[in-house]
Amino acid sequence: MARAHSPRRMWLTTAAAWFVALVIFFPVLWMILTSFKTEPSAVAMPPQFLSADWTLENYAEVWARSDYPRFFWNSVVIAVGSTVLGLAVAIPAAWAMAFVPGRKTKDLLMWMLSTKMMPAVAVMIPLYLIFQRLGLMDTRIGLVLVLMLMNLPIIIWMLYTYFKEIPGEILEAARMDGATLWGEIIHVLTPMALPGIASTMLLNIILAWNEAFWTIVLTTTRAAPLSAFIASFSAPQGLFYAKLSAASAMAILPILILGWFSQKQLVRGLTFGAVK
Amino acid sequence: MSTQSSRLAARMMVAPSVVLLLIWMIVPLAMTLYYSFRFYRLLSPDRTGWTGFTNYVWFFDSPDFWLALFNTLALVGGVLVITVVLGILIALLIDQPVKGQGALRILVIAPFFVMPPVAASIWENLFMHPQNGLFSAIARGFGAQPILFLEQYPMWSVIGIVSWEWLPFATLILLTALQSLSSEQLEAAEMDGAGPFARFRHIILPHLTRAITVVILIQTIFLLGIFGEIFTTTQGGPGSASTTLPYMIFKQAIAAKDIGRAAAGGIIAVILANIVAYFLMRGLGRNLDA
Repeated sequence: MARAHSPRRMWLTTAAAWFVALVIFFPVLWMILTSFKTEPSAVAMPPQFLSADWTLENYAEVWARSDYPRFFWNSVVIAVGSTVLGLAVAIPAAWAMAFVPGRKTKDLLMWMLSTKMMPAVAVMIPLYLIFQRLGLMDTRIGLVLVLMLMNLPIIIWMLYTYFKEIPGEILEAARMDGATLWGEIIHVLTPMALPGIASTMLLNIILAWNEAFWTIVLTTTRAAPLSAFIASFSAPQGLFYAKLSAASAMAILPILILGWFSQKQLVRGLTFGAVK
Repeated sequence: MSTQSSRLAARMMVAPSVVLLLIWMIVPLAMTLYYSFRFYRLLSPDRTGWTGFTNYVWFFDSPDFWLALFNTLALVGGVLVITVVLGILIALLIDQPVKGQGALRILVIAPFFVMPPVAASIWENLFMHPQNGLFSAIARGFGAQPILFLEQYPMWSVIGIVSWEWLPFATLILLTALQSLSSEQLEAAEMDGAGPFARFRHIILPHLTRAITVVILIQTIFLLGIFGEIFTTTQGGPGSASTTLPYMIFKQAIAAKDIGRAAAGGIIAVILANIVAYFLMRGLGRNLDA
């Protein structure tokens, strides 16, 4: 609903919008700045901006003291693995609900979503015991499974809202031309649904990357991702601000960069059918 | 297009998701229900047996439980109000013709990519810390005493941190909805003499209903289980001032090592979630239809 305005008003709104955006972003910026300061400079009062002692030492030290590559790799495997597995289960389900809807489709969707309302803590003990019994404790495959199930309702709902926007006539035309069900999915639907699948994938990678309950409860060392890495760093509070900031930056930067590069895709996908 | 065979195929395509989610829901729930009626403390392993409703009664008799219940609802309600109201205001602002809208969006979306333990530790250490935090520096700059955020206003601090995390989500959904509003409609209203407030009340707000519904629905699902932010910052304290239901269950399981009680708490949390879900679906389900 962009409309033409006087230049003066545009500069005013621009200034206001940038101010608000910088306030929202400031905590992240401040953390990144702190990560490049020496420890005394990081806690100096009054806070130091330009006069700070800048250093790369914190990153070097965090890197040397912890096995960052392993945590990072675990995060990648868990986030991507749970997303790919989730999509494999969700795509057929969302396709069927969007194109062959029954009377109960809406209720089914709502039921799926309601399974997400159960607080994770409530089922912590049973899941812990199941994991121990099945030997899934501290394994990446265990976390892949849990995060896949946790996010499955969100994946299905997002895909469903996307698939519903694809006109049914196209499918009928394809069927007239003798396309089989799978042919229809692979050659007609998939290309049209690809942007939707891409944004669903992105959102789920972000949700899985940032999950910080099961990833901490169900891992100790071998399968621990970056959320567990950062949890182990925040223990000595207040003493090592710069190193804590460096570790935090190392935990969030990969997903921050991925998110920024793909934000157009992501934003388009974030609507959950809120925009018609 | 729904022939007999395509219906059957559709059922088979939905089946894996339904079966997986059913198992995911029922197995842990059944186990939790079983433990909730058992005496099961890790510190006294010899004593086991059925205890009836003892574990549940402990919760209802505990004043902490009612506080935790209140805190849980305050957290969900507080964050929803803050993110929806601020989200609408920020979306209205960014939707204006401004310079560098793409860059603005990148800045606004950033908190969404920050994992909860990191978000909580940034706010706790770099901002709210009474000695080294930026807020205390600002307070001292004005000659005031630093505010003890996590000690004096623990629940408000947690609500603030969580709101910061969820504001981008609300803002972006509302912004996308706003951008789909036709400018002709607004211009026509303006020509008819409708002021900015009337235009907002009668055209913009109704247009946003669906987006607001989605924001409330999705956020409630995530907010009911908020745990990491409290664990990192206040640990539920001081005392029980910022203990929510999930955190109280966690304390029973990990600190008190009372699996039976924790399980009873889990069942209560599930019932609470269902009550919230019921009202949510009743109140909002209409807005979501087709």
